[in-house]
Amino acid sequence: MEYIYYPGCSLKGSDKPYEESFLAVFRKLEIPVRELEDWNCCGATLFAGVNEKMALGMAARNFALMGTSPADLIVPCSACYLTLNKAKKRLAEDETIRGEVLKALGEAGYKGELWKGRIRHPLDVLVNDYGLPAIEKRLTRRLRGLRAAPYYGCEIVRPMCLFDDADDPKSMDRLLETLGASVVEWSLKTKCCGAIVAASIEEVGLRLNGTILREAKRKGAGAVVTLCPLCHFNLESMQDKISRELGEDVRLPVLYFTQALGLALGLSDAELGLRRSLSPQLVLR
Amino acid sequence: MAERVGVFVCHCGSNIAGTVDIEAVVRHAKGLAGVVVAQEFKYMCSDTGQGMIKKAIKDSGLTRVVVAACSPTLHEPTFRRACGDAGMNAFLFQMANIREQCSWVTEDRGEATAKAKRIVTAAVRRVVNHEPLQIKEAPVTPAVMVVGGGITGIEAALRVADSGKKVYLVEKEPTLGGMMARFDKTFPTLDCAACILTPKMTEVKDHPNIELMTYCEVKEVSGYVGNFKVKVLEKPRYVIQGKCNNCGECAKVCPVVARDEFDCGLSTRRAIHIPFAQAVPSLYVLDPKSCLGLDPVRCTRCYDACEAKAIDYEMQPRTVELAVGAIILATGYELFDCSRVSEQYGYGRFPDVYTSLEFERLCHASGPTGGKIVRADGREPESIAILHCIGSRDEKHNDYCSRVCCMYSLKFAHLVKEKTQAKVTNFYIDMRAFGKGYEEFYRRCLHEGMDLVRGKGAEVTDVAESEGEAGKLVVRCEDTLLGGVRRIPADMVILSAGLSPRKETHELARAFGISRSRDGFFMERHPKLAPVATASDGIYVAGACQGPKDIPDCVAQGAAAAASAISLIDAGRIKLEPIAAEIDEKVCCGCRMCAALCPYNAIEFDPVKKKSRINEALCKGCGTCVAACPSGAARQKGFTDLQILSEIEGVLCVNL
Amino acid sequence: MRRRRTGARREADRDPDFARKVARTPGGEKLFECIQCGTCSGVCPVSEYMDYTPRQIIGLVRQGFRREVLSSRTIWLCASCYACAAHCPAGIKITDLMYALKRMAIAAGLFPARFPTPVLAQEFYKMVKSKGRSTESWLMMWRFLRTQPLDLVKMTPLGMRLFLSGRIGPGTERIERRGDLKSISDRLER
Repeated sequence: MEYIYYPGCSLKGSDKPYEESFLAVFRKLEIPVRELEDWNCCGATLFAGVNEKMALGMAARNFALMGTSPADLIVPCSACYLTLNKAKKRLAEDETIRGEVLKALGEAGYKGELWKGRIRHPLDVLVNDYGLPAIEKRLTRRLRGLRAAPYYGCEIVRPMCLFDDADDPKSMDRLLETLGASVVEWSLKTKCCGAIVAASIEEVGLRLNGTILREAKRKGAGAVVTLCPLCHFNLESMQDKISRELGEDVRLPVLYFTQALGLALGLSDAELGLRRSLSPQLVLR
Repeated sequence: MAERVGVFVCHCGSNIAGTVDIEAVVRHAKGLAGVVVAQEFKYMCSDTGQGMIKKAIKDSGLTRVVVAACSPTLHEPTFRRACGDAGMNAFLFQMANIREQCSWVTEDRGEATAKAKRIVTAAVRRVVNHEPLQIKEAPVTPAVMVVGGGITGIEAALRVADSGKKVYLVEKEPTLGGMMARFDKTFPTLDCAACILTPKMTEVKDHPNIELMTYCEVKEVSGYVGNFKVKVLEKPRYVIQGKCNNCGECAKVCPVVARDEFDCGLSTRRAIHIPFAQAVPSLYVLDPKSCLGLDPVRCTRCYDACEAKAIDYEMQPRTVELAVGAIILATGYELFDCSRVSEQYGYGRFPDVYTSLEFERLCHASGPTGGKIVRADGREPESIAILHCIGSRDEKHNDYCSRVCCMYSLKFAHLVKEKTQAKVTNFYIDMRAFGKGYEEFYRRCLHEGMDLVRGKGAEVTDVAESEGEAGKLVVRCEDTLLGGVRRIPADMVILSAGLSPRKETHELARAFGISRSRDGFFMERHPKLAPVATASDGIYVAGACQGPKDIPDCVAQGAAAAASAISLIDAGRIKLEPIAAEIDEKVCCGCRMCAALCPYNAIEFDPVKKKSRINEALCKGCGTCVAACPSGAARQKGFTDLQILSEIEGVLCVNL
Repeated sequence: MRRRRTGARREADRDPDFARKVARTPGGEKLFECIQCGTCSGVCPVSEYMDYTPRQIIGLVRQGFRREVLSSRTIWLCASCYACAAHCPAGIKITDLMYALKRMAIAAGLFPARFPTPVLAQEFYKMVKSKGRSTESWLMMWRFLRTQPLDLVKMTPLGMRLFLSGRIGPGTERIERRGDLKSISDRLER
């Protein structure tokens, strides 16, 4: 069945490589994906800090674009994924606010009830719909020798964890093992990178990401594998500065899980957006 | 003959009178059909109040009495007695609850008064349809079963046995001692747990009135107060009591190494073992789960080594039936399962994170390290962190405060200071030192140079952020007194885990027909006034199975439950509530639906007449059969259709 | 980054309805169940940069020190990682509470000056409401120009790298039916 793809602003902007690798991998696996037409911002975290009702209105317009589609909506960005899931839950549970939002949408020409489908993360779709055995059959190479530190970040596991164990998520670990990589056991896989605060207050960004990179290195990781554009950006963009400040080389390739999967499926660096990376290139033996 | 009803309305100080217009209720009562007397008084339950009732019965020739006051749980017996003393049948009385069901839950005075009038009307309508009932008596079996051989059960068993009654002490483990046997020192006096516990264990073993049944589990309970029948399953030890002389030769040759449960898995034992040196009975046990199969073809090493010929691979489980008059449950608690907070506090992920019980074993002279406080790799720790409130005061785990953790944590800190050079830090939310001598112990600890950080340990991580943290665990928390975040490195972390209800509490509650409170522990009859009684007569609870408790409180409750059981038995006979079901033989169609539903097995079937019959001694008056009976043959004394319907009419049809 | 406040807090500084008002907003439901254990601050990745710890914010809200809370940096430093909410023993949704406080601060015009996040949030809001999507490069530039123009120079090398790798461009993202959004916001912002 076809999935509808909601990119979110990041994947169309500075996190283009995530979109490139996500689409390339799904194409390679022949999982049909179509972009939601004229989607808008999810009403993300910053937006909700200004006006909650309008934030719900933004999310609801995207749901209205889904109409009555039974398809799942795939959302690769963790912030969009959580924002949309939270908004949907809030709208489903709070009758008053749902009424107001649907009315405003109706007057702008978006009639109908609240869309009833599911909002999914591509990791969930790959591991639980397509399945690891099926992925394994499609692999053309194994990522042997890669010691990967799976980094899930926050918003995919907290406050609602829809397809994994909130305390100790394993989906990406299992995927990486299927690809032939070995997985580093470490304590920081669901700890915060500082998100938007790291991007706007340098001191916060340097310390949190420095801790994550240094710990990954200490545990012997050859790469950090992410699933969120903001984590990815924070981890890749400050490596030089952190290394200078700590007096310790913390530079490490930072990959999207879709890039790791793409490599094992035989896709090229260019197809996977790997050339656009700000972190060191991954060298596989 | 028309009934002559007296209505007595209680002010209960201001509890009722503060919200309900008593005078209006009395005026209203006077106008009700059949009411010949309506009076009010400040405290109806007082001697004077009861005197008013008795006097009115005699002077006005009352045939029915209604008291509008508090809950019948509290004072129904009082007023029944008063009516009985005045020569009336006690069951021609009805209580109208205008406190819990009216004044306490209604704010508006007008509404409360109107509601009180309805409740009183209902009671009057009902009481005229009451029938005289007779209290029956039954003899009491002069024996008590105590379930649980920890400190609470031991105390209860000894007190009952000392009064000359027979006691069956049933313990599911192979030895007496319970949790306390695993502790090192006890707060606040720091006496050694074994030194004060083992003499009591021996006393139990030697007591002529106590039959000690270790390695036994209660399977089934039937009967009623004064006359319980209990089926107890004795698990096979594969070692014959009386022959085994505790020489230990068997364990020396046993080839199987298993996790030692008594040491929380911090050490190992053999398949054939004795839980600890001072175990009572002093007798080995062969654990069939770790043994090579109790199969003489595969291994007979212990059998061959035993000169006393005490080993019997063929031993079978055995069911024993006991008849007792009262039951004391002292089944204790279990430690909060710290693997539930593994992500946050690293238990199970980092070898140097211990539960409090594990740390007790580490401190214990006969524990896995011989009492030396050392890290998992054998090195002495330079710093130890003790985290309070793990699993307690937390809506994700146990809502309640476990009461003992603050004090045992201070005890740990003291022991660390006594036994090592390590720096020790306690992380607490609120320091609760409520017992006798506890605050003094806290103050003593403050002088011993331990660090106390007010703030719950928020997480334990192995991620070092500075030189001083390298190779150590780090506790992160907010110091709520200083108002900032702190990172404190430690070589060892102790999780002061709370006390949880035992996993089997649910099944036990069902088997004994008692209820549990919201927190999962057994529920007492009244939190203040009947702390060891339960809603089932003759069944008492004591110690940590009723809620978290320290040793002094456990012992006090054990003794309290014993006293309750003794007075029940010393009375010789018990009175049975006459509110039981009865079956009208003429109407019964013999479908036996009632018998299938009866939770007390109180319904017998007469195969000749093809009719069901209620055994009144067993019937608890729960009404299940009455509600289920398709032909209307089952009828509940004191709750007949006529009585209930007229009560409902009274509530509904008042013209106010 | 921590500022120290001096002087006594006075009863006149308290807003007697503030706590109840916060308790009524989503996230505030369990405000009064806080036992001040500090777990939130302890698990918070950015608490050490805050002027008040999350626990102190809850304490101040409960005591009604509205102005102090709404002009704190803390509420703007929350990175929405939800660690506090996941671990709070009283089940308080602290992250959602922070959002509610941010909105109250913006509505009251009470936020710390020369502090980037509230400015960024408002720029973000304005841009997204009119265009339907955000363009990060423009947003960042705006934020720096408004609060600390000199920092823009520091950011330049990273901007250049992003530009050279084709990850940012001069264009802005926008949706087709922007008029619809205007109609929705006109209604919902009222």
